[in-house]
Amino acid sequence: MTDLSLFIVAAMLIPAVGAGLIASSGSRPNVREAYTLVTAALLFGVVFLLVPSVLQGARPATEGFDLLPGLSIQFVIEPLGMIFAMIASTLWIVNSIYSIGYMRENKENKQTIFYTCFAIAIASTMGIAFAGNLFTLFLFYEALTLSTYPLVTHKGNDDAKAGGRMYLGILLSTSVLFLLPAVIATYFIAGTGDFTVGGIIPEGESPYLIAALSILFIYGIGKAAVMPVHRWLPAAMVAPTPVSALLHAVAVVKAGVFSVVKVIVYVFGLDLFSGDATSWVVYAAGFTVLVASIIALGQDNLKRRLAYSTVSQLSYVVLAAAMATPLAIIGAAMHITAHAFGKITLFFAAGSIYTAAHKTEISQLNGIGKRMPFTMAAFTIGALSMIGVPPTAGFLGKWYILSAAMELKDWFVLFVIFVSTLLNTGYFVPIIYRAFFKAENVPPAHEHGEAPWPVVLALSLTALGTLALFIFPEVPLALAKALVGQIL
Amino acid sequence: MLDQLPAIIIAVPLIAAAVCALIRNETVCWLIALVVAFASFVGSATMLGQVQKYGEDISYKLGGWAPPVGIEYKVDLLAGYVLVLVSLIATAVLIYGRQSVKLEIKKNLHGWYYTMYLLCMCGLLGIVITGDAFNAFVFMEISSLSMYTLIALGKDRRAVAAAYQYLVMGTIGATMYIIGVGLLFTITGTLNMADLAMRLVPLLDTPAAIAGMAFIIVGLSLKIALFPLHLWLPNAYAFAPSAVTSFLAATATKVSIYLLMRYLYTVFGFGFSIERTPIPEVIMVLSLLAIFAGSFTALFQENIKRMLAYSSVAQIGYITLGIALANATGLTGSLVHIFNHAVMKGALFMLVGGIAMQVGTVRLSDMAGAGKAMPLTMFGFVLGGFSMIGVPGTVGFVSKWYLAMGALENGWWWIVALLMLSSLLVLVYMGRVIEVAFFRERPVDAIPLKEAPKSMIVTAWVFLLACVYLGFDTSFTVGVAEQAVNVLLGGAQ
Repeated sequence: MTDLSLFIVAAMLIPAVGAGLIASSGSRPNVREAYTLVTAALLFGVVFLLVPSVLQGARPATEGFDLLPGLSIQFVIEPLGMIFAMIASTLWIVNSIYSIGYMRENKENKQTIFYTCFAIAIASTMGIAFAGNLFTLFLFYEALTLSTYPLVTHKGNDDAKAGGRMYLGILLSTSVLFLLPAVIATYFIAGTGDFTVGGIIPEGESPYLIAALSILFIYGIGKAAVMPVHRWLPAAMVAPTPVSALLHAVAVVKAGVFSVVKVIVYVFGLDLFSGDATSWVVYAAGFTVLVASIIALGQDNLKRRLAYSTVSQLSYVVLAAAMATPLAIIGAAMHITAHAFGKITLFFAAGSIYTAAHKTEISQLNGIGKRMPFTMAAFTIGALSMIGVPPTAGFLGKWYILSAAMELKDWFVLFVIFVSTLLNTGYFVPIIYRAFFKAENVPPAHEHGEAPWPVVLALSLTALGTLALFIFPEVPLALAKALVGQIL
Repeated sequence: MLDQLPAIIIAVPLIAAAVCALIRNETVCWLIALVVAFASFVGSATMLGQVQKYGEDISYKLGGWAPPVGIEYKVDLLAGYVLVLVSLIATAVLIYGRQSVKLEIKKNLHGWYYTMYLLCMCGLLGIVITGDAFNAFVFMEISSLSMYTLIALGKDRRAVAAAYQYLVMGTIGATMYIIGVGLLFTITGTLNMADLAMRLVPLLDTPAAIAGMAFIIVGLSLKIALFPLHLWLPNAYAFAPSAVTSFLAATATKVSIYLLMRYLYTVFGFGFSIERTPIPEVIMVLSLLAIFAGSFTALFQENIKRMLAYSSVAQIGYITLGIALANATGLTGSLVHIFNHAVMKGALFMLVGGIAMQVGTVRLSDMAGAGKAMPLTMFGFVLGGFSMIGVPGTVGFVSKWYLAMGALENGWWWIVALLMLSSLLVLVYMGRVIEVAFFRERPVDAIPLKEAPKSMIVTAWVFLLACVYLGFDTSFTVGVAEQAVNVLLGGAQ
């Protein structure tokens, strides 16, 4: 067991040390990017070496480091954290390949700071995934917010500054105003913050307290972007596309919904959370799913439309977790995985279009499918996954969530999923239609084909991943089942 | 030698101050001050270690006269803890401040600066170590008078006015304190604090005792700069030389809070001052007002030294809030924050000193582009800001955790909410500085900036790293604070 706990530490140290090496290689781009790739590959290896034992039921843990009596920093790997770590470490490799193509082609400045902060953000993400108690989760949650701020404001212009202010303002203020009091209150009520199967909130607490606590947690975890605390996400789209792709479609927002699921499963416990006191969460999430989709429908800027689609998809996960049945939790976990691969593909495609054609608006995309077939094919696969059409990964998550809603006979949830699927179709299919079936009405300012090869390679890989997850869902599915297997 | 330590750490700075006044050579005076301050630190740490090791207070009879007739010097855990803090900061500020003192103070006054600095340190250490109510007044005057001089040494002519303002307010405070002590003396016939505590027990409900208590508490509140008696503080901090501000902010108000605790818990006793009088309620309201009024005012300051000064008013509110919570957890938060705030605010004022030196002013608008030109200073500012906000992994978080837990123990959820809200205000006023420094381009015609001298940067960063280190390893601060709380509340609960 000790060697496994070493792996946990390694999973956080590798990107942290990588960040140091990257920072020290400032003026040599090739060395810097080699460090990035090697670090990402090492992390990937370490994370995947942990998978078999977690699947066999082991829960590797590190020794707790006591900050104060009763308040410690500790890491424990459970199935949900394993899933999250796998997603983040896999996509970091692909994203690094993509970044190299994107950042060089667009001649972005301050690239060393970019890669350094990226690695620190990944280290924080690993900390979140493996956190063994609420305090540790909170610590790395804040570290992720702070380490991504320089990435959001990367361009350094007024837009970036305003976006960064919104980003930091909302994420920090929700976490300080709501999440921290929730954490403190949990430690106070339960006497511990250790994530425990079945929850730690003692029985017999007043329903008002439970309701208040759930409000603090759901809105305190601003990264899950349940309305009205979603505004930071579109604001963060001022960042370079690799940042939007990995951080704002994968690591940061996934850290949000991951924390929500984790809190529901391990702090409240499914029994408590299926009670009346917390039933409001389903409605808040359902509302977000629908309203965000409607807003997405009206966006012409491609990245903004994707951002609102993310807001909507995140609330799917919250919605599923809030139903608090084993099937729904499996659905939530599968949807986290599926959305990660699908959405990163979509953002990669958006960045690819920007790089090759310098286009950012959907109305400019007529006929672009002929010039950039790989990009748009990948985009199509990502979009289908968002809608939930087989054979893409998105189908699986939706399937489990639907089954859970049927089992509960929850007509509200069924209604939300039905309408939102229509809306998803409504805002993705026209883009695909434009790209492939409409002729270019205005010839582009310059002749262009596909984006640089690393960009195309990266988006093809994630698109294939989206398909592969549908065909071979065994590992994440087994982990998702293990997550609830213990609760049953 | 070792059992003479309590007298030595007071006598040596006093003598050294006189020597400095005679020599007046900058280098020699600086060296003397540094050696003396460091020796005081070693002495304080030794005494704290002894108290912790043997679990027994150190009592020293000055001149061999037994208390309560003679003056007693007493070192218990709490006193040891504050002694270590004061002497540590004094040493660090000496290392830090030499360059800025050379720049900010007229050449012929350097010798006086170190004289006054040593006197001030001696006074502050004396307030902490003495077990005698009148003797505390004497040390209070020593430290205050020298502090007024130090502030008046500031380059800005408004420093003189600020020092005068502080002098008037400080004198009123000291006078009220001594009136209170006088009243207690008339009914008990003793000045020794431990003796006072014993003799006051049957007399606590008498008007004289209550009046004495009121005078002492109000007098000390002036010295603490507890809202609304804080008016002297912003100007004093803003116009004093940078090194003086760092020293003043980290020590002077803290020592007065120490003395207030001594009176509340040791002399009058928890059972009386906290449980039977409205003092906790009053302090509670004033602390919350301090926190919000201080932070709000800080939001609108253009001078960043003043901004940090108003932030200090707010931070003092956190410390006194812990007293008002009236339980062990809250009081632990208070004591921990005394140390934590000294470390983080000390570091921030040191960085501002570097900015003042390089930029030439401490106006926010003149700091545009400082992030690029002075990265160590400005990243230090970011880190200090995190600690002020209370980001986990910094000392600020530890203090807030204890205060919040203390409030929850009383069932006061709203205090937790207010604490969090106030953290947001800190985020906004620190964020303003960071935005200007990192996102605004330096005007083309402005003088190019470079990093402050190494001695300043290194000392500030040692403190900043301490902010992080003590945020993870809390065994010193929380450990000593918890034991000290046991001493303060011992027998009372």
